[in-house]
Amino acid sequence: MIKSLNTEDTLENAGLTEEEQKLFSNARPQAYEPYPIKAVEDFANWARANSLWILAFGTGCGAIELRPLMTARFDANRFGVAGRPTPRQSSVFIIGGYASVKTLKRIIRSYEQMQGPKFVICLGICPVNGGMYFDSYNTINQFDQYIPVDLYITGCMPRPEALVAGIIELQKKIKRGECDGANRYVENFDWYKANQKKVIKSWDMPDYNW
Amino acid sequence: MNDMLDRLQRDFGISDITERKPTLTTLKVDKDSAERLIRELRDRENYTHLNFMTCIDYIEDGIFTLVYMLHNYDKQHGLGIHVDIGRENAEMTSIHTLWAQAWTYQRELREMYGISFPGSPRVNDDFCLEGWDQIPPMRREFDTKKFSQERFGHREGRHSEVPRDQMKVELYPNRGGDEK
Repeated sequence: MIKSLNTEDTLENAGLTEEEQKLFSNARPQAYEPYPIKAVEDFANWARANSLWILAFGTGCGAIELRPLMTARFDANRFGVAGRPTPRQSSVFIIGGYASVKTLKRIIRSYEQMQGPKFVICLGICPVNGGMYFDSYNTINQFDQYIPVDLYITGCMPRPEALVAGIIELQKKIKRGECDGANRYVENFDWYKANQKKVIKSWDMPDYNW
Repeated sequence: MNDMLDRLQRDFGISDITERKPTLTTLKVDKDSAERLIRELRDRENYTHLNFMTCIDYIEDGIFTLVYMLHNYDKQHGLGIHVDIGRENAEMTSIHTLWAQAWTYQRELREMYGISFPGSPRVNDDFCLEGWDQIPPMRREFDTKKFSQERFGHREGRHSEVPRDQMKVELYPNRGGDEK
């Protein structure tokens, strides 16, 4: 299901030293191709929608809304939502509100390490247009310039009920097969990279973090 | 309390002694005697705790005012020490030898205001801003809105309301937002 690796088209990894370049892969990311039979793809999407594992990375003030989500009161486990401590095991990245440039670097690193299919939910108004930090020297204003976003839950802050509604909406979207954020990232990879490098001046990591 | 202040006035030439509230007094001291004064307060007057240190940018007067907030647990009393330094080539004596945690504050002030603290450990390392290539952002001549729009872009469709006027419209819709 994966496109064959084109070895000639590789990444520069210019931010790494010569020694480090030997340690990291310079291959480009690969797009996910759906199963040729639609019923099989639909079944896979149904399975994905009911097993959303959230990366436990609180990237802003909105991360405080994720804690009650897992408690008995809101009980996100009934939607198949679980928290995972590492990006390698998670499929959903919830951006909890504002993202500073320093955090954005870690967000990109974590997002690229997540295995597909992966989905991004933006919480709060800040990832949309900057929110109350629209004129801040260190907070990005349009999150979808750097990482493809599948769903926005706006508000400042949205309550856990809104988050639950957002998760249900994400499940519907996944089942319809519309959550193609990871593929958009691969297809427009150079555009996303250029935007990321425009704001992150201290780029000392590989161009794609496998 | 007054004895102490009188003695400090005699020995260090402190001025502008202001009692802000019963538990907080502020005073002003010269740049050169600031470190000696703070050491004296810590060792002799039992102001053993450094609450925080910060900086205020008085761009009109061309000065930075550094604020050292000390605390005395026996008297439950706080003492704010204000030190004026020039904005151009701003430099201040490091107090990391008095409180080890002070070097974190000094590193932050170095990054946010561009004040140098010679001898302070790792003072030139990045703290919050990685790869910052502009003038320090908390200096008041730095235009954050302009910078934000240039670097991070601006999404159309944003508008803001004055909360007071907006609530009037919402509360009195029949009277066109008129309170009376």
